[in-house]
Amino acid sequence: MSATRRLQKELGDLKGCGVRAYENVECDETNLLKWTVLLLPDKEPYNKGAFKVGITFPVDYPFKPPKIAFETKIYHPNVDEEGKFCLPIVTTENWKPATKTEQVMMALLSLINEPEPNHPIRADVAEEFQKDHKKFMKTAEEHTRKNAEKRPE
Amino acid sequence: MSSEDEIQMDDSDSDQGDLDDECLSDDDGIALESHDQNNSEYRENAVPDNEVLNHDSLEIEMKKTIADVQAVLQTKSGMCRILLHKYKWNKESLLERFYENPDTTTFLIDAQVIPRHTESVPSGDSECDICCIVGPLSGLACNHRACTACWKSYLTNKIVDAGQSEIECMAANCKLLIEDEKVMTYITDPNVIASYRRLIVASYVETNRLLKWCPGVDCGKAVKVSHCEPRLVVCSCGSRFCFSCGNDWHEPVNCRLLKLWMKKCSDDSETSNWINANTKECPKCMITIEKDGGCNHMTCKNTACRFEFCWMCLGPWEPHGSSWYNCNRFDDSVAKTARDAQEVSRANLQRYLFYYNRYMGHQQSLRLEGKLYATVKSKMEQMQTLSMSWIEVQFLRKAVDVLSECRRTLMFTYAFAFYLQRDNNSIIFETNQKDLEMETEQLSGFLERDLDSENLVTLKQKVQDKYRYVEHRRKILLDHCAEGAEQDIWMFNE
Repeated sequence: MSATRRLQKELGDLKGCGVRAYENVECDETNLLKWTVLLLPDKEPYNKGAFKVGITFPVDYPFKPPKIAFETKIYHPNVDEEGKFCLPIVTTENWKPATKTEQVMMALLSLINEPEPNHPIRADVAEEFQKDHKKFMKTAEEHTRKNAEKRPE
Repeated sequence: MSSEDEIQMDDSDSDQGDLDDECLSDDDGIALESHDQNNSEYRENAVPDNEVLNHDSLEIEMKKTIADVQAVLQTKSGMCRILLHKYKWNKESLLERFYENPDTTTFLIDAQVIPRHTESVPSGDSECDICCIVGPLSGLACNHRACTACWKSYLTNKIVDAGQSEIECMAANCKLLIEDEKVMTYITDPNVIASYRRLIVASYVETNRLLKWCPGVDCGKAVKVSHCEPRLVVCSCGSRFCFSCGNDWHEPVNCRLLKLWMKKCSDDSETSNWINANTKECPKCMITIEKDGGCNHMTCKNTACRFEFCWMCLGPWEPHGSSWYNCNRFDDSVAKTARDAQEVSRANLQRYLFYYNRYMGHQQSLRLEGKLYATVKSKMEQMQTLSMSWIEVQFLRKAVDVLSECRRTLMFTYAFAFYLQRDNNSIIFETNQKDLEMETEQLSGFLERDLDSENLVTLKQKVQDKYRYVEHRRKILLDHCAEGAEQDIWMFNE
């Protein structure tokens, strides 16, 4: 598999990147193509919890983009109930083989920290975000407390 | 009609002049809707003056255009191809823009054929950014480098899986398009090379406003015209179709209404329910698109279009402002309108079924009457054994030709009539339609039933009189529709 070396390097780079928000990455020892990153957003209302993000690399990585989805439920205008979201840099059209997982995580983190209500996936959540921000913050915090993982010490 | 005889085959030189003139006068690259209205001079009775080009002659034409541009720009032919692609193969508008631009380098940078920045590179072996293996690297003019194996995998992937003929550099933010010469140095598999050449020609045809693939099954040829407009074109495989929309030639109804109509007609079946629920048309090029992910940010896959839009409101993605919410907010007045519409829809359904049944009826007749060719063939042979010459019996074949044309026209008159608002003009139209339909049925009756019951001389007289008259009625109907379109008298409900 041509991807092995690249994935090993990327895995090492991500673990040692020093960015707390996404350096907690686990990889199944028997399957280098499946990673789980513990995403730690630093902005309210998500900064009280941790969110598991599953990354599945295709066999012909890096020539095809990885598939990424939240495994932890998150109440966010840009993430749907199944954990899917739209991140331009990992779409098939825009994907570049030189893009590193660390860059993808950076982009995902900034999407979670700064929702884009003008490009929503969940229109109802986006509307609440814009029209009744207080209520949105309350629901999202509640949701985070109930569903998110515990943040590592 | 013997219009097929008039097609020029692979005659790449003779039309070049016309083509250039056309490009000069119209460099926007956008086919306008308004020519729905002036199709009268391109009536099917006129000789179709389109060229038919196969894969090889398309490649020759393409290379010729590239060579013309290359002579002016003095750059690689692969770069010229990418430039021409960006200008929708409108050579004149490309060159005009090139001459307008004071700085050739900026022009080429903007077109993504030469890099904006060139990164300095260490010499010797280094680690490939893509596979992380140390070895000799090579790259593009932008100096983004990778090992040969990675370039090869990347390009093969783009060509075979994504079907792209314009491929960007592998580096994350580099928009440089890789020129053909470079692509060819990395790909070695003859199948991939063949695919790439096919894709280049396909992209040439699909972006070029004056070319259209023949919709005929397994035909693979393209039709070339000198003006882009809805008109009848004829391919050497025998397909007769509308240049603008690729459907059967559909006079008197225009492309837009035909598309609406066909969509409506197929709405009954399960498939079309699915199409209705899962697809939308690209707001720019009207190609039907299936959404296969959660993201509402759509990019049209049509190489000539690549429009980015919002699935929800179908507006362009770029200027998506905060007003997005208008497209999903529940609106009381809209809801009331929807309720009223539901009541009307019962009546509308009845009306629709009326037109649909007649449309389908003629379509079925058209199919069944195809068998008549076999019947008249044996009749013609029989007549030749009884005193008539070959030329004298051709009227039977001609009669079946006329019958088919009338069926097709009648079929499309029902699509036209479905959208037509009632007024005095529509009444004239309906009278013409009635006459044509009645006479067509009589002609069909002659050919299906009376072939054996008449003596040959009276049969010939009757059939000839009838088909001439039917042909005349058809012309009257189509002329009336075309004139109406020219004077903009037709009012349509959509």
